[in-house]
Amino acid sequence: MNGQTTCVEAVRHYLDKISASSHLNAWLEVYEVEALETAALLDKQRHSGSPLGRLHGVIVGIKDVICHKDHKVSAASRVLENFTSVYSATATDRLLADEAIIIGRQNCDEFAMGSSNENSAYGPVRNAIDEERVPGGSSGGSAVAVQAGMCMVSLGSDTGGSVRQPADFCGIVGMKPSYGSISRYGLIAYASSFDQIGILAKNVDDVKLVLDVIAGADEFDSTVKQKPSHIPALKKSYRFCYFQNALEHSSLDPTISEEIKGFIKKLTGEGHTVEPVAFDLLDYIVPTYYVLTTAEASSNLSRYDGVKYGYRNSNKENNLNELYQQTRSEGFGPEVKRRILLGTFVLSAGYFDAYFTKAQKVRRLLVDKTLKIFEEYDAIILPTVPTPAYKIGEKKDPVEIFLADIYTVYANLVGIPAISLPLFKNDKGLPFGLQLMSSQNNELHLLSLSKLLINLRFSGK
Amino acid sequence: MDVNGKYEAVIGLEVHAQLQTQSKLFSGDSASFGAEPNTHISPITLAHPGTLPKTNKKAVEYAIMMGLACNCEIERYNYFARKNYFYPDLPKGYQVSQHTTPICKGGYVSIKTKDAERNVQLNRIHLEEDAGKSIHDADDNYTCIDLNRAGVPLIEIVTEPDMHSAEEAFQYVTEIRKLVRWIGVCDGNMEEGSLRCDANVSIRLKGETTLGTKVEVKNLNSIRNVKKAIEYEIDRMIGMVEKGETIIQQTRSFDADNDTTFAIRDKEEANDYRYFPEPDLTPFLLTEEFIAGIQARLPALPQVLFAKYKLLGLSEYDAHQMCDDKATAAYFEQAIAYSKNYKAIVNWMTGPLRQVVNEQNISFNELSITPKTLADLVTIVEEGKVNFSVASLKVLPVLLSNPVKGPLQVAEELNLIQVSGSADIENWVNEVLAKMPDKVVEYKKGKKGLIGLFVGEIKKVSKGKADPKKATQLLEEKLR
Repeated sequence: MNGQTTCVEAVRHYLDKISASSHLNAWLEVYEVEALETAALLDKQRHSGSPLGRLHGVIVGIKDVICHKDHKVSAASRVLENFTSVYSATATDRLLADEAIIIGRQNCDEFAMGSSNENSAYGPVRNAIDEERVPGGSSGGSAVAVQAGMCMVSLGSDTGGSVRQPADFCGIVGMKPSYGSISRYGLIAYASSFDQIGILAKNVDDVKLVLDVIAGADEFDSTVKQKPSHIPALKKSYRFCYFQNALEHSSLDPTISEEIKGFIKKLTGEGHTVEPVAFDLLDYIVPTYYVLTTAEASSNLSRYDGVKYGYRNSNKENNLNELYQQTRSEGFGPEVKRRILLGTFVLSAGYFDAYFTKAQKVRRLLVDKTLKIFEEYDAIILPTVPTPAYKIGEKKDPVEIFLADIYTVYANLVGIPAISLPLFKNDKGLPFGLQLMSSQNNELHLLSLSKLLINLRFSGK
Repeated sequence: MDVNGKYEAVIGLEVHAQLQTQSKLFSGDSASFGAEPNTHISPITLAHPGTLPKTNKKAVEYAIMMGLACNCEIERYNYFARKNYFYPDLPKGYQVSQHTTPICKGGYVSIKTKDAERNVQLNRIHLEEDAGKSIHDADDNYTCIDLNRAGVPLIEIVTEPDMHSAEEAFQYVTEIRKLVRWIGVCDGNMEEGSLRCDANVSIRLKGETTLGTKVEVKNLNSIRNVKKAIEYEIDRMIGMVEKGETIIQQTRSFDADNDTTFAIRDKEEANDYRYFPEPDLTPFLLTEEFIAGIQARLPALPQVLFAKYKLLGLSEYDAHQMCDDKATAAYFEQAIAYSKNYKAIVNWMTGPLRQVVNEQNISFNELSITPKTLADLVTIVEEGKVNFSVASLKVLPVLLSNPVKGPLQVAEELNLIQVSGSADIENWVNEVLAKMPDKVVEYKKGKKGLIGLFVGEIKKVSKGKADPKKATQLLEEKLR
């Protein structure tokens, strides 16, 4: 806030943008009255000389998987239609405590499962660059809201790329911090050991500011670590690596491959080291990811049974099992059901060792390999997605869709921070990003490297 | 059934004990029993979307205490697992439990039966959360769910198939209940369900080493029922085998109305629980210091005190009485710090004080008179200031209602102090002897038993104040 404008004016501006772009379907609910009231209160406090919160007047949208006390939260699912949260997520509380204004909740793939936002029970979100195209997912509404200027920052969630992939498709910055950086308390779970709240914004500084406000230890989430305070000293040159087979992968769009290779040359030209590393496990990461995440999801989503809250099949003649079956068959969409069934299968007696145990072993190998990589390099460079945004309805084969997660799920499997930076556009004007990853708990370093890459990309090419 | 001699029963027990922690295993909700239904239910207990568990350290401590008390090996690296199944009283759709890594491994519990004393081998003790309660009989059309209990910490104490009679099982559960109460981790109340027992029972021909097909019996809500259910099951199984029938693996429930069991499900209907490590909780490592600290705080266990009391010279029976429960032992321990007359203390605690404790339905730690006061009472009797019957009938009642006063003060105020001064006693002796000249003659002729009559008469005329020892001594001198 530069003091030239008021919070109320800012909220009005964004409300206008939201109503002008309502056909993009980015929002499931907009809190017009409440946002204006909060803004007026903040203006009053500021005028009275109160010290300002770090996010004073920042207009934020939150993905419909993050709880906000006395507000609806549905995970874009019929099973939680009209469910109101009785408590706030730690991240929500921290945003509000630092005087951000939450302007609404954003559409997404049901239970954050998907990468096109076509899996929402409340209709697909459209990409503002080309409304026939998907915005990516699962945090599609959150990406489009920032892309189309409907809010300053969005909180999304990223279990296997759900923040970075839509950021890539929409031409904005999307960051997933280290696992354990931001409390998951109040984040509706998809896969507990992968889920992280992520931040979508137009620039790296906004991401950094919001991260600083919401990250850090929380008594309600024992998987959160202390906030990293260590920022490595700036250097003149850095050591980057990339996975050779990732840039040569058959699924990768040639334009993306060429642009990234060209950028690598530019980095080298600036005195940085960029080296290929062998990464034999590349083709195992998507299967490993889907075995483990669906296993956790099948259990995490058991609570939506129609007994305590949420959707319930109304047939009074049902016995208990029929109540469960009908409630869950009707409450969940097809992608969610696919993943619950897959996860139930991989955990079942007789298959557990072949799938779950083996996948855990691969995850362990990936962690070991990652630790070795970061002994030698500051960061890993990868594409974010193999292709730019595709048309709504274009992709139907679930396996093909799963395989497109090849570059993003790695960071979730090993818990490292990763960011998608909007560096490129193809000849159709569709954006695509460069993905950068650093070692665990080193997000501040990752953010300063991100700024370096953006500056390099846009400084007089 | 005289065919019983052909067979041997093999019994393993699973005892669930609710831990007496302030809060639940993974949330801050109160874990106490008896509140209005559905009042201890935060969003975490209700499994609202987005909620996460957080481990209660006290529950971990209590589990370790029980493990140490049962001679278990304590696992250093611990993690929780999810046991997945659907039921309305299980809000998350999974129970958080320890599957592959119980916090306590192995160990044993000593039991005494009529025949012998032996150790029952434990398999494990693990931590888990309780489910809520389904109440089927409160309404005609609905099953009511109370989630106050959901998430309350439990330990499950699992034996090896190491018992061979209902009597052993009875003694084992009795011992477990005593132990959990003793170390203060569980109130041991089977009626309220804070201690629950499932029995795995099988039979085989004597001498065989492989186990027979087992049946699991649930709903055993008293120690007596544990015994009755196992007795019934053994007889039922022997009867089946004798008739050439095959025992099928099933879960049965005990019907306390007629002391029988009935099948509730067969093995084929068993759930696939799809256990996997609970991803919402990080594994926790127990340090040597943490375990040593718990060991140091563990109260002296009954078997240790029993050995000590025998060394003090108490009989086996008395020693056993003094470590019947923690409060009794603690009272005795404190009393013997003030008086070395151990036997007298036992006599008071098994006699007049036990009566008070029973009448008031309290335990020794709630008794109004302190162990020191008891020791003082013992001392004034020992010193001959009052005799035992006066002390218990006259002094004790006053002390109970006025615990601030000391026994000596009370005895003085009531004018009950025995007189041992020879002048007073001589007067009473002379008075009595003068009253009964014929008896004196008989005595002198050799009827020495009459001394008791004289002493009794002296007690009467002195209104109990004459020290009987002194009186006897004087009488003997005068009648010589």
